Amino acid sequence: MHHIISIGDFDRTGIDKLLDHAEQIDKKKYDGNALAGKILAVLFFEPSTRTRLSFESAIARLGGTSLSVGSVEACSMAKGETLADTIRVVSGYADAIVIRHPKEGAARLAAEFSTVPVINAGDGAGQHPSQTLLDLYTIRQSMPIDGIDIALIGDLRYGRTAHSLASALSLYHARLHTISPKGLELPATLSAQLAEKGMEIIEHDSISDVIREVDVLYVTRIQRERFPDSASYFNVASNYRITPELLAGAKKRLIVLHPLPRVDEIDPRVDESPHARYFEQSKNGVPVRMAMLMQVMK
Amino acid sequence: MKNNESAENEGLLVRRIKNGTVIDHIDGGEALNVVKILGITGTTQEALSIATNVPSRNMGKKDIVKLTNRELSKEEVDRIALISPRATINIIRNYKVFEKKGVEIPTLIEGLVRCPNPGCISNTHEPIRSKFEVLPKGLHCIYCDWVITRDITSHII
Repeated sequence: MHHIISIGDFDRTGIDKLLDHAEQIDKKKYDGNALAGKILAVLFFEPSTRTRLSFESAIARLGGTSLSVGSVEACSMAKGETLADTIRVVSGYADAIVIRHPKEGAARLAAEFSTVPVINAGDGAGQHPSQTLLDLYTIRQSMPIDGIDIALIGDLRYGRTAHSLASALSLYHARLHTISPKGLELPATLSAQLAEKGMEIIEHDSISDVIREVDVLYVTRIQRERFPDSASYFNVASNYRITPELLAGAKKRLIVLHPLPRVDEIDPRVDESPHARYFEQSKNGVPVRMAMLMQVMK
Repeated sequence: MKNNESAENEGLLVRRIKNGTVIDHIDGGEALNVVKILGITGTTQEALSIATNVPSRNMGKKDIVKLTNRELSKEEVDRIALISPRATINIIRNYKVFEKKGVEIPTLIEGLVRCPNPGCISNTHEPIRSKFEVLPKGLHCIYCDWVITRDITSHII
């Protein structure tokens, strides 16, 4: 049985193969009944819009159906049931499970108790492999991933999308530039792991220091609740905002990515810029997740 | 003659046992952690003798733990390797060494160490035991990927 729990479970060949498949799907070269009669259980114990809807869209486009529990309050976990029990029960109802959970390692636990394949759709500050795959896919649409210079911006301490992406990019000899507020830097353990894999990591104080040399700006949300008050949040957040003026000095091929939702990190005027790719990135969630479902359910 | 004297002195510290296990060559000062790893508390039944910081020709200082009427299993023995890789285990039957073995660092340890990450699923009421992969750089939590690189004993459950 094949689960997708962490981007670390993939080698480079595995990632490339999955992205090639997503590309074929994107060109409408797929069987719309490939997963006919199959049921996907969508277990989300945390709020989500894009991830959830794109998984539901992906299974529907492949001819399958999905089950979900609605809100967390409406499910048996609210009555104190363990995740292990929930998974045992749900794996009797479906052919695969997609799970999002606030605790790190929840998807790994689910895979231990499930009798059907499990896909991790985000576990706390941990892993979010489908997001990483669609991020890589979006980069690959614009340029070869090998050897790119990428800047990770924002909350790099708690941002799981940035962690997973950085790990995956270590397979592609990318150079990592990090720009984050004090206290929200990339965790030292992760930096050490990446360095061990031969990745060059360069810390910067401001985005303008790197704007001329990077190929990708990966912007993440800085959460208001990480700051003692609104004033200090706005003070910090304004230094990490992407504006058309900032992009004026950028390379022509630079792309701006964001896992969304964005709040203030990207000026809406950037949406019209040829560098903006975040809505395309979000749309890419469907073909990439279709390829993932095919891999585990077919 | 000198050796005999040393053995006698040691004998005063920790008496010979009839049946059980002698854990020798524990790194100096780690005996109490070995006892903790073995799950021996004030409420367990084994008669226990501990000698710490005993002079040792090879190790400088070593600790010794003697447990009566309990023969340690391979799994228990290997856990000791995490904090004291040079330890040796002697299984004693009727005052004689029945079996002598070293310790091997296990590749996976279950239920021994608590993950320091408060957000890890292994720190909830789920019906699982903590699981750590033993890597050269430390203990890697297979659930949340946290790596414990130092002071493993302070994380022992």
